[in-house]
Amino acid sequence: MSVDSIFVHKMWNENELSKMVKGGVPYPMMSDAGGKVGTIYGIYDEIGGVETRGRFIIDPDGIVQGFEVLTPPVGRNVNETLRQIQAFQLVRNSKGTEATPSGWKPGKITLKPGPELVGKVWKVWTTDKAFD
Amino acid sequence: MAEKIKIGCARPTGGSVGEAIQIVNEKSIEKKKEEKMIKVGQKAPDFTAPAYQKGDFINLKLSDYLGKWVVLCFYPGDFTFV
Repeated sequence: MSVDSIFVHKMWNENELSKMVKGGVPYPMMSDAGGKVGTIYGIYDEIGGVETRGRFIIDPDGIVQGFEVLTPPVGRNVNETLRQIQAFQLVRNSKGTEATPSGWKPGKITLKPGPELVGKVWKVWTTDKAFD
Repeated sequence: MAEKIKIGCARPTGGSVGEAIQIVNEKSIEKKKEEKMIKVGQKAPDFTAPAYQKGDFINLKLSDYLGKWVVLCFYPGDFTFV
């Protein structure tokens, strides 16, 4: 979503994005003239008249599970977004019985929060696990 | 899901995703403005917006996507990087 019109979205997709991604962008490219939606999401820059790099992960119940906002010159890390979605999906599928500690990615250990884990995290999780 | 005609402007619907819109008087709207901030663990503000998708112009609503995981991305402008 940006403040550009849907007509400009079409041109961008046809003239540039389709050269990067075969068949062009498959998902909806939304238009937010005036930044009305960006404003309620807290990411619209009124002075510049543009949206900043806001990214929101919304679960199947419509609940915001996470967000990240960057100023325009720095691009996002798509892998990190995918990792977060995988983590939120794991937690949801476990119905909250599992949690993903720092540095978790698919295949790494999860934690099972409960009274028996209190003071014992050091036994199952070491700081090197925070890194790739 | 998204209907394929009548392209309008993007606008917040005034409610949260999947919830009925509450009618409030102006004073409480002002108060709401100050309090309204995105918080994790809470419902996303619903909105409707025109969009371009695979050759079509459509109108979509965030609440159309209830039941699915959604990544909502904002970016400064077309013909820049995302």
